[in-house]
Amino acid sequence: MRARVFVTLKTSVFDPQGRTIADALHSLGYGTVDDVRQGKYFELDLRTADASEARALAAEVADKLLANPVIESYRVEVDS
Amino acid sequence: MKFAVVVFPGSNCDEDAFHAATDVLGERAEYIWHKETSLKDADVVILPGGFAHGDYLRTGAMARFSPIMRAVEAFAAEGGPVLGICNGFQILLEAGLLPGAMLRNRDLKFHCEHVHVRVEYTDTPFTGACHAGAVLRIPIAHGDGNYFADPETIARLEANRQVIFRYTDAAGLVTDAANPNGSASGIAGLCSDRRNVVGLMPHPERACESALGSVDGLQIFRSAVDALNLHRVLQTA
Repeated sequence: MRARVFVTLKTSVFDPQGRTIADALHSLGYGTVDDVRQGKYFELDLRTADASEARALAAEVADKLLANPVIESYRVEVDS
Repeated sequence: MKFAVVVFPGSNCDEDAFHAATDVLGERAEYIWHKETSLKDADVVILPGGFAHGDYLRTGAMARFSPIMRAVEAFAAEGGPVLGICNGFQILLEAGLLPGAMLRNRDLKFHCEHVHVRVEYTDTPFTGACHAGAVLRIPIAHGDGNYFADPETIARLEANRQVIFRYTDAAGLVTDAANPNGSASGIAGLCSDRRNVVGLMPHPERACESALGSVDGLQIFRSAVDALNLHRVLQTA
């Protein structure tokens, strides 16, 4: 089963890369893009067919390694 | 006394730290490969600068899992002096030996330049030879040196006198213009609550000989030697 983990900086943390990308989009004429947050995306191939088990395992590795809880938060999706 | 200089794949300031300890200060030093599990008979541990494990995922994130880090954690838990320089500081943060995390520099540029840092407190093994309030001129070279911690953590660090180095101008004043990366409270270096683990972004090993443009960094290495000599005298007295 495949799990997808999305890691982004917490909303309380300034994201200089996201801000720079937003500024670039504005200069390209996309004035309606209010904000951009840059993050990381992981695809985990897991040896389980159970969605809740996959979700728990993905969250565990996100807590331990994929995200730094001081500055980042994450979201997990699994195939249903 | 003996320095252990930990070498990760991607460390690139290990030889400079080794040179400062041996050729400049006349002490013994040994490289310790990251896959080793013992620091042997080291009296002080240096985690040098560089790009350990390519800085994949986040700076310092992978180095935290190197086998030698279990020995570094045990050494630190016993009160042993540990100095993390630049990438070594980032590793200490990821390993949880110091609080907080590093973000990209606020202007997204890699900064390679001499800066001024003020020594805030001298009661650590790496600042004992400095004067409190002394302004050191030491180079930085990093892209991720923008120190972040939540406001409660920053307040606790300040209250516990754990902010050991702060970016200032040449006169020792904290200004936004003198802050090269956007670090919270101008923080350039920290110590642990027991004060034996110190991390800083500037590179003291690159400022240990007049040929390098500054000898201010030597005070940090000399502090470690003084602290250990004092410790020995007290133990044998």
